[in-house]
Amino acid sequence: MSKYLLNRTAQSIVVLFVFLTLVFVLVQAQPGDYADVFLQNPRLTTEDRLELRKSFGLDRPMYVQYALYVRNFVKGDLGTSFQHQRPVTDVIKERLPRTVLLFVTATVVSFYMGFTLGKIIAWRRGQFVEYASTISGVFLFTIFLPWLGLMALWLFGLELGWLPLGKFLSPRLWSDAPFNANYVFHRLLWSVFLGGGILIAVMFILNSRRMPGRAAMLFGLAGLLGLAGWFWWSTAGLAPYAADILKHMVLPVGVLTVVSFAGTMLLTRNSMLELLREDFVLAARAKGLPEKTIRDHHVARNALLPVVTSLMFSLAGAIDGGVITESIFSWPGLGLTLLESAVVGDMPLAVGAFVFTGVFSLAAHVVADVLYVFLDPRIRYS
Amino acid sequence: MTAGIEPRATDRYYEIRAGLFLRQMRESWKLFAESRIGLIGIGVIVFFGLMAVAHPILMATVWEYRVYHPVIGFDGEMVGHPTPPSARHLLGTDPLGRDILSMLMHSTQSEFLLGIVAAIVTVVVGTAVGAASAYFGGWLDSVLMRISDLVIMMPSLSLYIVLGTLFDLNFTTLAIAIGLVSGLGATAVIIKSQAMTVKVKPYVEAARGAGGSHFHIITTHMIPNLVPLAFLYMMFTVTGAIFSEAVLSFFGILNVRMSWGIMINTAQSSGYLGFGLEYWWLLVPAGLSITLLCASFYLVGRGLDPVVNPRLRRG
Repeated sequence: MSKYLLNRTAQSIVVLFVFLTLVFVLVQAQPGDYADVFLQNPRLTTEDRLELRKSFGLDRPMYVQYALYVRNFVKGDLGTSFQHQRPVTDVIKERLPRTVLLFVTATVVSFYMGFTLGKIIAWRRGQFVEYASTISGVFLFTIFLPWLGLMALWLFGLELGWLPLGKFLSPRLWSDAPFNANYVFHRLLWSVFLGGGILIAVMFILNSRRMPGRAAMLFGLAGLLGLAGWFWWSTAGLAPYAADILKHMVLPVGVLTVVSFAGTMLLTRNSMLELLREDFVLAARAKGLPEKTIRDHHVARNALLPVVTSLMFSLAGAIDGGVITESIFSWPGLGLTLLESAVVGDMPLAVGAFVFTGVFSLAAHVVADVLYVFLDPRIRYS
Repeated sequence: MTAGIEPRATDRYYEIRAGLFLRQMRESWKLFAESRIGLIGIGVIVFFGLMAVAHPILMATVWEYRVYHPVIGFDGEMVGHPTPPSARHLLGTDPLGRDILSMLMHSTQSEFLLGIVAAIVTVVVGTAVGAASAYFGGWLDSVLMRISDLVIMMPSLSLYIVLGTLFDLNFTTLAIAIGLVSGLGATAVIIKSQAMTVKVKPYVEAARGAGGSHFHIITTHMIPNLVPLAFLYMMFTVTGAIFSEAVLSFFGILNVRMSWGIMINTAQSSGYLGFGLEYWWLLVPAGLSITLLCASFYLVGRGLDPVVNPRLRRG
């Protein structure tokens, strides 16, 4: 196991360097370079120009530039943004928690929804529910996401007025807040991760023990956790602010979920249908187990594997969906930063945000790979 | 089986080849037509193809150049653009006084161009990389597969956005970029796994024993067995290409004059969104076209699945 982990980490480091090299090649291949933005000033003399290029290190040979680039990356320096006049890493550090919160929530919700619905429609083969959900699934799978986002914004934000129109907080509420938004974001993230982690861990333990009344215990624990969280949040005086952020999150998460749950749903259905003729299903039926038990504990458990595999491969797609969703709902996360800097030609920030996104998805892949081993006891890496 | 496609002893070599090819096509078509979704997809694609072909004809005959030109046209006889659908403009006009139907049909041509270029690049690159890394193995395989790993986990839209900042992207360059990403990534991996099974077939061994060069074996024995699979993944590439193009031109990253994404962008940037479906002809035709064309290529791909993967056929 540890050998596998080591191997996997080494591999991803190699991939990381391939990635960095490719980005470097792309930046070098563009017409002109970073210094051109500053050289447009007509009052600069020729010496000034040369000096400026030298200060960027652009007069050095290519391999020195590459070495400098890699060294700076390892040191966590991705350059300075043109439009913000701040280090790129600063901007990313500020925007990242918002993206992670959005991304994690949407992924979990859509995965859960897709898996549950897929389970249900697999058991109703040939009925109206199956056709309706398959057709709407394919439609949602290929829908033009910005269009859907704009329509959702119009319907829920303008017409019904239930939810706010984009951005991630209400300025009126926050104008005299005693702390900044990221303070609350970090706490929200920690709560989500801690609560979710405890819940999943307990679920694993309960599942392996086959205790009676597991569901009741699980719901009780979830309630207890929720209560504790609510207590902590309200005593810290953060609750109204957190609620404001969560309210702004509903639409982006909703749209992201609607487009991405369809893929999970169709895949769950297919992989469950493939398992239906297996002997263990017949054996379970022969034992006289209720259909729901067969569905949830025998078929769905085995059908989970291909679904999780596809989840790993769809992580990149989810990040892309995040870019679109963030820009439609003006959610100031990493995706919107990438897009905005690309539109105004802020190359260091665009490339920096892209490098960071790449590293992020690389890390997510490694985590998903490791989780996969835990999920399937049949896989043993030596 | 009808006469004429059954090979006879008196036939010439190329006639037998053509006959076998025809027979295979006929069987494939039967399998493809069994799943209705593939036929629906073909129908939608043909519909859009007709739209693309009809545009230059309409421009040359019925539509006046100054009024109906998709980019610089303006209808001065109508007042208060955007105007709702009328006999003069079947899908209405946009805020700049251009005919929506003409814009829609004109964009269809570019979408097909984009899809075809991306698909060809995907097939060529994916087959070459997959076949080479399976056939040669060793360090070439390692390098190519690490690149594939990277491309698969890369958020492609973000990559195109960054490419759009660094370079000047138009339909052709974007199509090549999409084709490369798809061909180097998932397609290459899938084709490689297929090529691994072809590589150990006795006829490849025989060809090698008979003194066939690497190039000869790859081109005449391996690639013909890989092309059907590449063809399947080509369909999914087209779906992705059309979607990416629409999103990128919606965001204004691409340097193109007219496309479905730009139509939605125009509606949004002129502020007609706040009215929701009151100005539906600005949003719905373009948005629906994107979804329909994407879905149709996806459905054709799904219909091709049982043709290419015998495992999925109904017993």
